[in-house]
Amino acid sequence: MTRAVDDVSLAIAPGEFFSMLGPSGSGKTTCLRLIAGFEAPDAGEVWLEGRDVSAVPPYERDVNTVFQDYALFPHMNVAQNVAYGMRVRGVAPAERAQRAAEALALVKLEGFGERRPNQLSGGQKQRVALARALVNRPRVLLLDEPLGALDLKLREEMQLELKSLQRRLGITFVYVTHDQGEALSMSDRVAVFDRGRIEQLAAPQELYLRPRTAFVARFVGSSNVFEGALAERLAGSPVPFAVRPERIQVQAPADPVPEAYLACEGTLLDVQFHGATSRWQVDVDGRVLAAEPRDAAPVAAGTRLRLVWPRAAMAPLEPGAA
Amino acid sequence: MSHGALGGFLHRRPSLNLFLLLVPPLLWFGTVYLGSLFALLAQSFYAIDEFTAKIVREPTLATYRQLLTQPANLDIVLRTLVMAIAVTVASAIVAFPIAHYMARHARGRTKALFYVAVMLPMWTSYLVKVYAWRLILAKQGILSWVLGTLGLQGALDALLATPAIGGPSLSSSYIGMFIVFVYMWLPFMILPLTAALERVPASLVQAAADLGATPAQTLRQVVLPLALPGLAAGSVFTFSLTLGDYIIPSVVGAPGYFIGMMVYQQQGTAGNIPLAAAFSVVPIVLIAIYLALAKRLGAFDAL
Repeated sequence: MTRAVDDVSLAIAPGEFFSMLGPSGSGKTTCLRLIAGFEAPDAGEVWLEGRDVSAVPPYERDVNTVFQDYALFPHMNVAQNVAYGMRVRGVAPAERAQRAAEALALVKLEGFGERRPNQLSGGQKQRVALARALVNRPRVLLLDEPLGALDLKLREEMQLELKSLQRRLGITFVYVTHDQGEALSMSDRVAVFDRGRIEQLAAPQELYLRPRTAFVARFVGSSNVFEGALAERLAGSPVPFAVRPERIQVQAPADPVPEAYLACEGTLLDVQFHGATSRWQVDVDGRVLAAEPRDAAPVAAGTRLRLVWPRAAMAPLEPGAA
Repeated sequence: MSHGALGGFLHRRPSLNLFLLLVPPLLWFGTVYLGSLFALLAQSFYAIDEFTAKIVREPTLATYRQLLTQPANLDIVLRTLVMAIAVTVASAIVAFPIAHYMARHARGRTKALFYVAVMLPMWTSYLVKVYAWRLILAKQGILSWVLGTLGLQGALDALLATPAIGGPSLSSSYIGMFIVFVYMWLPFMILPLTAALERVPASLVQAAADLGATPAQTLRQVVLPLALPGLAAGSVFTFSLTLGDYIIPSVVGAPGYFIGMMVYQQQGTAGNIPLAAAFSVVPIVLIAIYLALAKRLGAFDAL
């Protein structure tokens, strides 16, 4: 039997912004669905506020979900969508209408109550989905790639808004995404998933500065992973390590290597201009390494050059499948 | 013009291309299909000369007057309408759980098996099925034997003793006719309903559960409203097929006339084509009213 997630054990603190990050098929969405109750674990338990909810159906769990496709009810208008959770729980119509209006104001959609979901833009649907979940004041809000369908500008705006909403309301957010930038910028802690397992669970800074495995080093930001013979030749030990491109400087092969720096030589393949930085692709013994040197004088592709980085910039990795 | 040149010529004129492709089917649809329908409608505005039994080809409302003022004719319309409504409601009630299972739960082979099982009855001759049902429902038939063996003869007798819809046996009562109608038209309700239920995204059902709706609330407030177009489509089939059928009422059931039988008899033995035409306008009008009501109730809002 294949396992969608295996040996995943995590505890999320109240009020935390917790992200589950990983490529598609890594098990992050399955974990979210386990918390929501749409999937039942074959083995293991889900606890919510001191209560084992493994056998509790979704409609009795005090969590709400923002779905990837928003899942707005097409036969109800925006106000009815937002009020639906209160309607099924028997909240009086007057209170329903008032709280739905407040929730719509919270997501800056005052006056949209009468519209149908198909009259809304993607970003507006997203906000309605958010209001519909938040209006029930859940203990935990689950967000399944909520910004995945939005364009870049809107996504950045929504990231800021989500974060400030979460701070203001103090609700625990469990956020699933495959966008590492999103996870790093919003989260208190991030669990990195790969092939159904958690590779590393840490705060964003720690994840970035001290990735534990080659997978995390490559998936969170980008990283140069040195392993095997190359690692042994450069660092004197076969333990693999990662170096971030922005920590690598370039210099001419003839220049002296600074104190406490490691170095290797290669050939420049290409330079990609990224605005604030430029990324240099350098071929070192058939492996392509990336460097983002500051204030480096431009040189032509094919030039021999030397990459140098401080020892302190090296993050040792656990040996294993890379 | 060579083949390639013609292709290029049409490619640059997509509307002409589309027009040429649509002409043959539109001609067929327009002349054979709608043409005959309008010819029929035109017939209903003629009347028959009572003495010569010849059709008088002058526009008149006399035939409609005859249809709508003679109590016997109104009885036929009412009887057919009540049967069509009962059959439609029963078909919807029986079809919904089956369609729901097929659309939302069955997978792979099970699903294929269900589709075959639903359509299998349509592979046999319609007449064979109707006559088979007459035997099943007969006084000494299989059904009464099974019920008798189970000790339920009393229940059957009580059912047949119901005034108006009862009778000496199932095969000669409106109850029996109703059973055969529901059997015949059930696939026409199940298939569109299944298609509609399949189009309801699973995430909507999950979203309802997530917001605290029990399975019953989700079914009533989310799944059912979104499946209404399929229910409307299926009910148009069951409703109109019942309104127009003349074989089932003449083989199974009580002797009262139905619209279909009346059309058959008027245009055949009686030779009163105008009255037959006027009778066949009745289902068209009833279905138009039905669709207008369904639209009013929001059956097509989810489309």
